[in-house]
Amino acid sequence: MNLHEYQAKQIFNQNEIPIPREKIAQTAQGASNIAEEFATKVVVKAQVHTGGRGKAGGIKLANNPDEAFEHANEIIGMSINDLTVRTVLVAEAVNISHESYVGIILDRQTRQPVVMVSPAGGVDIEEVARETPEKIYKVGVDPLLGLQPYQARALAYKLYSESSVVNQVSGILLKLYNLFILNDMSLVEINPLVTDLDGQVWALDGKVNIDDNALFRHSEIESLRDPASEEPTEAEAREADLSFVKLDGDIGCIVNGAGLAMATMDLVKFYGGLPANFLDIGGSSNPDKVVAAMKIITADKKVKAILFNIFGGITRCDDVANGIVTALDRIGVSNEGAPTLPIVIRLTGTNEEVGREILKSVGLVAVDTMAEAVQMAVSLGGGAK
Amino acid sequence: MSILVDENTRVAVQGITGRDGSFHTRQMVEYGTKVVAGVTPGKGGQKFDCLPIYNTLIEAVEGEGVNTSIIYVRPPFAGDAIYEAIDSGVGLVICITEGIPALEMAKISAYLKGSDVRLLGPNCPGVITPGITKVGIMPGHIHQPGHVGVVSRSGTLTYEIVHQLTTANIGQSTCLGIGGDPIIGTGFIDALEAFEADPETHAVVMIGEIGGSDEEKAAEFVKNKMKKPVVGFIAGRTAPPGKRMGHAGAIISGGLGGAEEKVKALNNSGIPVADRSVDVVNMIQTAIN
Repeated sequence: MNLHEYQAKQIFNQNEIPIPREKIAQTAQGASNIAEEFATKVVVKAQVHTGGRGKAGGIKLANNPDEAFEHANEIIGMSINDLTVRTVLVAEAVNISHESYVGIILDRQTRQPVVMVSPAGGVDIEEVARETPEKIYKVGVDPLLGLQPYQARALAYKLYSESSVVNQVSGILLKLYNLFILNDMSLVEINPLVTDLDGQVWALDGKVNIDDNALFRHSEIESLRDPASEEPTEAEAREADLSFVKLDGDIGCIVNGAGLAMATMDLVKFYGGLPANFLDIGGSSNPDKVVAAMKIITADKKVKAILFNIFGGITRCDDVANGIVTALDRIGVSNEGAPTLPIVIRLTGTNEEVGREILKSVGLVAVDTMAEAVQMAVSLGGGAK
Repeated sequence: MSILVDENTRVAVQGITGRDGSFHTRQMVEYGTKVVAGVTPGKGGQKFDCLPIYNTLIEAVEGEGVNTSIIYVRPPFAGDAIYEAIDSGVGLVICITEGIPALEMAKISAYLKGSDVRLLGPNCPGVITPGITKVGIMPGHIHQPGHVGVVSRSGTLTYEIVHQLTTANIGQSTCLGIGGDPIIGTGFIDALEAFEADPETHAVVMIGEIGGSDEEKAAEFVKNKMKKPVVGFIAGRTAPPGKRMGHAGAIISGGLGGAEEKVKALNNSGIPVADRSVDVVNMIQTAIN
C-alpha cells in the first residue's frame, strides 16, 4: 500500500524528522487560503500515487495566494499517468542550498533492510542507479541489531562534511530506520532531503510503501488508504478478498492460484488475445468469491469472453462448478443488453466428473486442457488481434 | 533417493487443530506420510485422530522423534512458530502460511544464518517425494515416482505442470514449492544444488515468475555448477510493472524482475524456456533422451 506524500510527511513530522509547514487542499480557494495563512512563498504539489509529478506540471511554486489559487486550479483535476489529481499539498517553500537523496528498502537479495543515500538528490533515483550507480552509497542492516549510529554517520559523511549537518542527517537516518521497522515499510524515501541557507535540514518530499502483509498489525495505516486513488474494480476486489489487477485486454480470466493465473494470461497473449485482468480466486471454492469475481469481470465493458482456468487440487471442481452456477443464477452474464458473454471453463482435478455434470445441467461445457480453453476463449472473444 | 524428504521423514504439524492444519494432516496421513505428532498450545495431551498433541514442538521432538515440522499457523503467530521450529531440533521446517510480514521474514533469515536448519517457504505448497511422503498441501494423486525434480515459486501452476508430466508418464523424484514471498528460506539455488547431488534426479524443471532476481542467479548457478539438464518456465510475461500479481513477491519494481530478462538469463545459461507450460513436457523428454 502506497501513502501519499502528505501522509508520509505527517509520519515524518510525528517522529521529529523536520518538514516545512504544510497543509492539504481540495480546492483552489483552499490552496490560496493556506498560502495566505503561511504568508510565504509556497509550493503547490499534486497528491497522486505516481512519479514524474514535476515533469507533468503537477508541482508549482507560488509567490502569493493568487498564484497559489491559479496553480491549484490547474493542478486539481489534471491527470498524471492516468491518475486524476483530487488533492494538492501546499507547503512553505524552502530556500534550497543543497539537495540529496536518502531511502531505505527491504532488499530481497540480501534479505535485509538496506539504507541508501546519494548526493544526486531531487532526481529519479532509478535513473541515478542506472546511469551513475557510483553516486549511490548503501549499507545493509542486520534486522536483529538495527541501524547502528556509526553506520548512519558514515552514510551522512558521504553527503556532507560539516558536523552540524552530518549530525542532523545521521539523526534523520536513525529515525527513518525506526519508522521503517515500526510501520512495516517495504520502502521509504526522502527525495530530496535538503539543506537551506542556514544549514538546517528538511525533508521536502516523502514516499512510503507499506508491506500489505503487515497491514493486519497497522490499523492506523489502513485508515490512510485513499480509495479514490485506486482503480475502482481493484478496490472492490480487495473488499471481496480477491487478488485482482486490471489490464487492457478483452479476455476476462478467473483462475485459482497466482502462478497459474499469470501463466493463463501469458497463454491468452500467446494465442493472439489480450487478457483483461489478473484474477486469483485463491484456494477457496466459496461461491461468493466466484460471484464477486464474475461481477468484477463483467463490470469491464471491454470484456468479450470469460475464461475460467481451475486446477482442482485442494480446491474441489464440484465446489467451483457450483460457484459458477450460483454466480450465473445471481447475476446473469450479459453486458448491459449486449448478448450474453461466452464462458469457457477449464476444469481438471479433484472431483472433475461431478463438476462437469453440474455444469452440463445448466448447459455449460468444461474442456480438459488449458491450451484448449485459452484458444477457445480467444476465438470466442473475437479472435487473435 | 530424493531431496529434503524421504521414508525417514517424521512430521509434526504446528497448528494441527486449525482448519487448514487438520484438513491437510488427514490428507498427508492418507498419502502415507509419517505424521507422528501435532502441536497446539493448550491442547497438549489430547489426540487428533490417533495422533498425540503436544503443547510445544520441543516436547513433540523428544516424544516422537520428529525431524520435520510443517506450519499451518495464522500470519500473526506464524513467525513465532518458525522460531519455535528452528530452536526445536528439527532439520527441516516447512511454512505453508501465506501473509507473513516481510520484515518478520528478514529477521528470521538473519536468525537462520549459521544454523543447519533448512526453512522451506513461507507461502509455499511444501514438498513431495512421490509414492513415499508428502509434506505439504499439493494433491498427491497427480504425482508419480520418477526421475525429474521440480522446483517452483508457485502452487497450482506447479500442479498443472506436474500433472502434464505424469500424464506423459514422466515421474518425479521430488517436487517442491519454494514460495511466492519476497523473502523466503530455501531458494532456487539450494534446491538445484540438492537435485544435482541426488542420484535419482536426472533432470530438473524450474518454474519461476516475475519479481526479484532469483531466477537470474539460479541460471548462473546452472551454468557454472550443474551437469544435469534444466528446463525452465517463467510466468508473468504479460504482467504490468508495479502491480503485485497475487504473490507478495511477484512484482516488477524499479525496472527489475520482468519476465523477459529472466527468460533471456535462462537462455543465456543454456536453459531452454517453455513458451507454454505444456511445452515443458517435450523439453524434458528431449533433455532426458
